Amino acid sequence: MNRWETDPLLRVEHLTMRFGGLTAVNDVSFSVGRGDITALIGPNGAGKTTLFNCVTGFYKPTRGRLAFAREGRADASEVRALTRTGRRHARLASGDVYLLERMPDFEIAARAKVARTFQNIRLFTGMTVLENLVVAQHNALMKASGLSFLGLFGAPSWRAAEKSAIEKARQWLERIDLVDRADDPAGALPYGDQRRLEIARAMCADPVLLCLDEPAAGLNPRESAQLNALLRGVRDDHGASILIIEHDMSVVMQISDHVVVLDYGALISDGTPEFVRNDPRVIAAYLGVPDDEVAP
Amino acid sequence: MAATDASGPTRLGKALRDAGFAALVAAALSFPILALRAEADMNNTLVLEQRWSWILVAAAAVGSARFFASLLDDWRARAAAVLGAWALLFGAGLAVFSRLLDRDALVWALGAGVLLLAYAWFQETRARPAPAAPAAAAPKTRDALRLFAIAATAAVIAYPIVLLFWLGPQGSLKWINNYGVQILIYVMLGWGLNIVVGLAGLLDLGYVAFFALGAYAYALLSTTFGLSFWLCLPLAGVLAAFAGVLLGFPVLRLRGDYLALVTLAFGEIINIVLTNWVDVTNGEAGVSSIPRITFFGLPFTAADDGFAATFGLGFSPIHRTIFLFYLVLALALLTCFITVRLRRLPLGRAWEALREDDIACRSLGLNTTNIKLTAFALGAMFGGFAGAFFAVRQGFVNPNSFTFMESATILAIVVLGGMGSQTGVALAAVAMIGGTEILRELDFLKRLFGEDFDPNQYRMLIFGLAMVTMMIWKPRGLVSNRQPSIFLKERRAVSGGLVKEGHG
Repeated sequence: MNRWETDPLLRVEHLTMRFGGLTAVNDVSFSVGRGDITALIGPNGAGKTTLFNCVTGFYKPTRGRLAFAREGRADASEVRALTRTGRRHARLASGDVYLLERMPDFEIAARAKVARTFQNIRLFTGMTVLENLVVAQHNALMKASGLSFLGLFGAPSWRAAEKSAIEKARQWLERIDLVDRADDPAGALPYGDQRRLEIARAMCADPVLLCLDEPAAGLNPRESAQLNALLRGVRDDHGASILIIEHDMSVVMQISDHVVVLDYGALISDGTPEFVRNDPRVIAAYLGVPDDEVAP
Repeated sequence: MAATDASGPTRLGKALRDAGFAALVAAALSFPILALRAEADMNNTLVLEQRWSWILVAAAAVGSARFFASLLDDWRARAAAVLGAWALLFGAGLAVFSRLLDRDALVWALGAGVLLLAYAWFQETRARPAPAAPAAAAPKTRDALRLFAIAATAAVIAYPIVLLFWLGPQGSLKWINNYGVQILIYVMLGWGLNIVVGLAGLLDLGYVAFFALGAYAYALLSTTFGLSFWLCLPLAGVLAAFAGVLLGFPVLRLRGDYLALVTLAFGEIINIVLTNWVDVTNGEAGVSSIPRITFFGLPFTAADDGFAATFGLGFSPIHRTIFLFYLVLALALLTCFITVRLRRLPLGRAWEALREDDIACRSLGLNTTNIKLTAFALGAMFGGFAGAFFAVRQGFVNPNSFTFMESATILAIVVLGGMGSQTGVALAAVAMIGGTEILRELDFLKRLFGEDFDPNQYRMLIFGLAMVTMMIWKPRGLVSNRQPSIFLKERRAVSGGLVKEGHG
């Protein structure tokens, strides 16, 4: 049995996203396993980023359910009961479940702990590398600063919290090898460093699920290898599951445990890398074999 | 100079061509404005007055400026040459057009023109030193800024005392009131708006509304319910902050131009309500006889229980002015202190992150709604404080003090200062408000331009010219670098080019 079947972190069920007459994602269902690196692949315009935006709350799906079991194994019947109540979150007997399709984007990040990066890097370019990583710890720090009131008077508890936030940021900077550039503006970093910094920033928000939108785009082979090591480290040392959109097949095949393939908004394959690599429908989607040859 | 000599003739030709073109453009553009003027004659019918000489002067002024700017390399030489040419032009104009020739003015103008041109020639031809070494490292600029801020604060604290001893109670009144108090009000307003525009990156064109609300809050609460200033000050702040949140809610989804438009409308709505809700605000007539400031209960009067008598001083109106000065200084410093501290707290960093990229903020779990609202509320609160102070200082408020012009002035202070920089905003306030005040002092210009010349009328022209010049030379404002709020090893300023201006 695969992990995404026995211990799903996120269950995408019958997800549909329409923009007017255009159906970008059409009735897609799959699961993301806890502790897996799940790759979402497909040709350009297949609806990968749209699906991402639905999961992270930047789009509100037209239909479908996104059941996210932050802890435990959400029982299907209990999730159905939760869906009927109209609430977005419940501590069920079988686990801590969030219905992401009902939550605004910032709550998905803050409460359900799903962090993401962007296809076109979105760093705070005018702030330093360190500041970028500290902003990501905003919610914890805001509490520690007593909604700014304690912090305004420099309370010791706030100072300790700030120190530990900087320490956490420093650890991530060591991990992505940018300690020496901590006090430089993020916008002045080279492209590859910006990509890694964006991932480190997302990780500073302590995510349970990290969603990466084409993190290897524009990287050279050496940077690509560094990225693979970083992602494995994120999964192994920090216990975060990863959902990744990627075009670079070497990255996908090397690091992912589970591959989901979309084409024209529909799911065409779902399985281990080995299974997907040999799936005739995937080959057809990528190489453009005539339909009649691959008809099931 | 060798290079200049080699290209001498072509350079001169090019400069002449440039100048001719610029003069032509100036003539064409100024034709409808300067050459023809419709005026009512004795019978109240319109007659067209033709002023062709004005165009000639305008074209000559622009052409000569362009000529020297394109002929000379050194910026000092350029500036001096342009001014010199204008002085000569002015002299020539006096000689040709003026019926009653003022010999003094003519001599002054021609003398100044020749001197300036000589200086320009000297600057241009003297050997120039090698370009200076690259600007000092960023940490030094920060220390310099910090030192400057401390020294400036000390100077401002000493300012009224020094003036009092120097000019006496009569002479110093104007300088403490018109320059000190007036400028400090705008420093405070600039710092308040800086939170919204400079840090959070939300363009607010209606900031004066909060200033007005604070002023009317004190004016109405004190005249109707007899509440004291010290009670009304926090109330005015709270009321304005509440209004800030009220404004914030509808504009949460708006960005850029749309946000600017709605805030502009908000400012106008407040002004119109103040004008037309006569039952409460007394309309255009305003609220008068607002209780004046007291020294924690002791009135500044000549009475026996007044401030002067209690402390055994001779009564003088300067006491009240000095107290007002220190009061607004304290309020401004409070604004600055809170803003500087907040910048280093999560809330302040969230404001700046919002200015940089609001989508990234949301992806990291920052509630951008709350962050925007806190920025609006806090900025409004300081505006409200300033308003209450304004009312207690004037003793009279009416809607004419709170027009769009005020919003524009405050916004200009923030933009000129360098968005987000406390020091820059303070400097800009001093330059803009002090500059307009100093125009009243320039009586010697009357000798030059005649008795009916009032430099104050050229306020907006100079203001606009200063803005255009600043935006060309320092598009990011006086202090364009951003100081990071936190650092690992050393604090290095972030160059203004990387800092975003915000999306709204």
